[in-house]
Amino acid sequence: MSITFFIIVSVIKIVLVIFVLLTAVAYTVWLERKVVGRMQNRWGPTRVGPFGLLQPAADGIKFLFKEDLTPPHVYKPLYIAAPMLAVIFAITSIAVIPFGNTVTILGHEIPLQITDVNIGLLVVLGITSLGVYGVALSGWSSNSKYSLLGGLRASAQMVSYEIALGLSLVGVLILAGTFSLRGIVEAQAGHFGPWIPNWFIFKGGQIVAFFIYLTAAYAETNRIPFDLPEAETELVAGYHTEYSAMKFAMFFMAEYSNMITVACLASLLFLGGWSGPVFGPDILQAILPVFWFALRIFVFLFIYIWVRGTLPRFRYDQLMAFGWKFLLPVAIANLVITALVVALK
Amino acid sequence: MAHLTPTPVLEPGQDKTMILNMGPQHPSTHGVLRVLLEIDGETVVRMMPDIGFLHTGIEKTCEAKFYQQVVPLTDRIDYLCPMTNNLCYVLAVEKLLGLEIPPRAQWIRVMMNELTRINSHLVWLGTHAMDIGAMTVFLYCFREREDILRLFEAISGQRMMTSYFRIGGIALEPPLGFFDRLRKFADKFPSRVDEYEGLLTGNPIWKMRTQGVAKISAEDAIALGASGPTLRGSGVDIDLRRDAPYTGYENFKFKVPLGKNGDVFDRYMCRVAELRESIGMVKQALDGLPSGPVKANAPKVVLPDREKMKTEMESLIYHFKIITEGFQVPEGEVYQAIESPRGEMGYYVVSDGSSKPYRVHMRSACLANMQTLPTMCEGRLIADVVAAIGSIDIVLGEIDR
Repeated sequence: MSITFFIIVSVIKIVLVIFVLLTAVAYTVWLERKVVGRMQNRWGPTRVGPFGLLQPAADGIKFLFKEDLTPPHVYKPLYIAAPMLAVIFAITSIAVIPFGNTVTILGHEIPLQITDVNIGLLVVLGITSLGVYGVALSGWSSNSKYSLLGGLRASAQMVSYEIALGLSLVGVLILAGTFSLRGIVEAQAGHFGPWIPNWFIFKGGQIVAFFIYLTAAYAETNRIPFDLPEAETELVAGYHTEYSAMKFAMFFMAEYSNMITVACLASLLFLGGWSGPVFGPDILQAILPVFWFALRIFVFLFIYIWVRGTLPRFRYDQLMAFGWKFLLPVAIANLVITALVVALK
Repeated sequence: MAHLTPTPVLEPGQDKTMILNMGPQHPSTHGVLRVLLEIDGETVVRMMPDIGFLHTGIEKTCEAKFYQQVVPLTDRIDYLCPMTNNLCYVLAVEKLLGLEIPPRAQWIRVMMNELTRINSHLVWLGTHAMDIGAMTVFLYCFREREDILRLFEAISGQRMMTSYFRIGGIALEPPLGFFDRLRKFADKFPSRVDEYEGLLTGNPIWKMRTQGVAKISAEDAIALGASGPTLRGSGVDIDLRRDAPYTGYENFKFKVPLGKNGDVFDRYMCRVAELRESIGMVKQALDGLPSGPVKANAPKVVLPDREKMKTEMESLIYHFKIITEGFQVPEGEVYQAIESPRGEMGYYVVSDGSSKPYRVHMRSACLANMQTLPTMCEGRLIADVVAAIGSIDIVLGEIDR
């Protein structure tokens, strides 16, 4: 593969992935409003386009044209940088996430992934943890008490749940023997027994790890029941109280792309990635895995929204206690057991 | 609570604390309550509620109105339970006048009053749950509240500011088909309460957020003048509907739900149990509704029917006189207390013998209940403050008047 061809393909992939991700972010918001609306006996968006499908576009335009207010009391450099950091880190992590098999175009094998780093999982974890800077800095630089409290809560929460989240994934790593996300998916190919797919969720108690991951992921992305940093009934809007227009929208985009990222990780690590029945002509063979992958992400997002429609919010100390005193020990125990199972085999 | 300046000032006591100004524009201070919090991290060291942002001057306005013109004002004091306010005021004036209210009017009053209680508790439950993060309950509650508001509209022409009770009875005989609609609602409502409870009561997160939170002992609650579910949540068995019956409550069977620990959860359970008791009373009222007139036989006080007014000279004169110069109320003063959804609501009416009240003072249950807030919240977390404010169910319109 010549270097020019490589660059062209990479750029096309990057543009495509960013476009799909941002569209997905916009329509996750739409989906959330629609689904929560139906759960709550109301319609959700209906006015802009059929089924309100153009609502995200309308919202986007609205955010762009709103007055971009910078309160006089903020520390400007960080105040402006914080939403950018949040959204950049949220979007960057998608770079190492594979979303399908390799396809052959013009005689070249092209993996459906921007770049296959051999420590892909570490890269994702590393970048998503950097996301906390956006939140913490926005809380601090806003120079407002509610923002400060929101930022503090967010930092504490994201840092503590990162540990449980990371540990819950180590079991999968032991089973797969690789950090490469593509490698992890490939390790889950096939079946054991007649029917059960070879997914890690069914193996060696990883179902526990899966639920730890799911819970920690909710906390990571500041979603109900762990949405304390932006608990609007306590802290007005938490760390983004002082933000308006596109800066606010950036936090919003960061939150939703983080949701998509953790959903991607969950399907890659526990649910066999894009595995699923593949049949038909070549073009279908290339598209179907992507479809199965998207379907898993959709299910995750739906559960996210469902939980939001059901549960109340934890209190700050309860959340910390839950993370440190329950999730972390269970994650460690799961890790030890998985290691023993693998070692004694 | 040492200073009683018009605008409370809270200075940070130590270097490591900061003052957080919560409200009046804050999503969960239930209107325009301002709470000053001295916080150490997220722990509340001191708390000071500040009121007066919704002052309407209604008490003073009452003095410039004829007695019957005060009724619409009372709706606006506590906009979540208009008929309770109507009832308390008309009972006070009727006491001064010594009027005998026909049983049918009394039963309809009880019926509507309990419906108002449900209406008010639904708003409380929805907002309280939303404060703690359970958003769906809010919309479920408002679904049923909408049904109640439609019933209110059917019976009084207004959804919220009903002004349905009149001195001497009620405004109108309920419209045709109203009781059927009400019965339909009463039949389905208990299952809806199950729905709310299904989302909250057994939910571990809800329990964690409410059990043992914002506790207040029975002694403290009594000493601070709390009443209603806020007091009963602490296990004090007082309910004016049973202990000092008015407008025919002695004919109804109901339990008074009591809490034990005086925490947010017990107050929640009290109110949810009251929802069920109240709908039971609505059903009792529907079953045993006596027939007869809905207005007292007091031509000088009660407006005549339209029909009579157009056919009888005498009625026309009374109508003209009541509308233009009101009716005289014998000199005296009276205090009437009733059990509002929030606690003991009292109207103190003084008459100087003219057709306008000399003084109307409202004893606000919310104001007294709000005084329990610092006791409940000091030493706890900010999130508990929100839960506590929700659990005492305050309406700022009633506090500020």
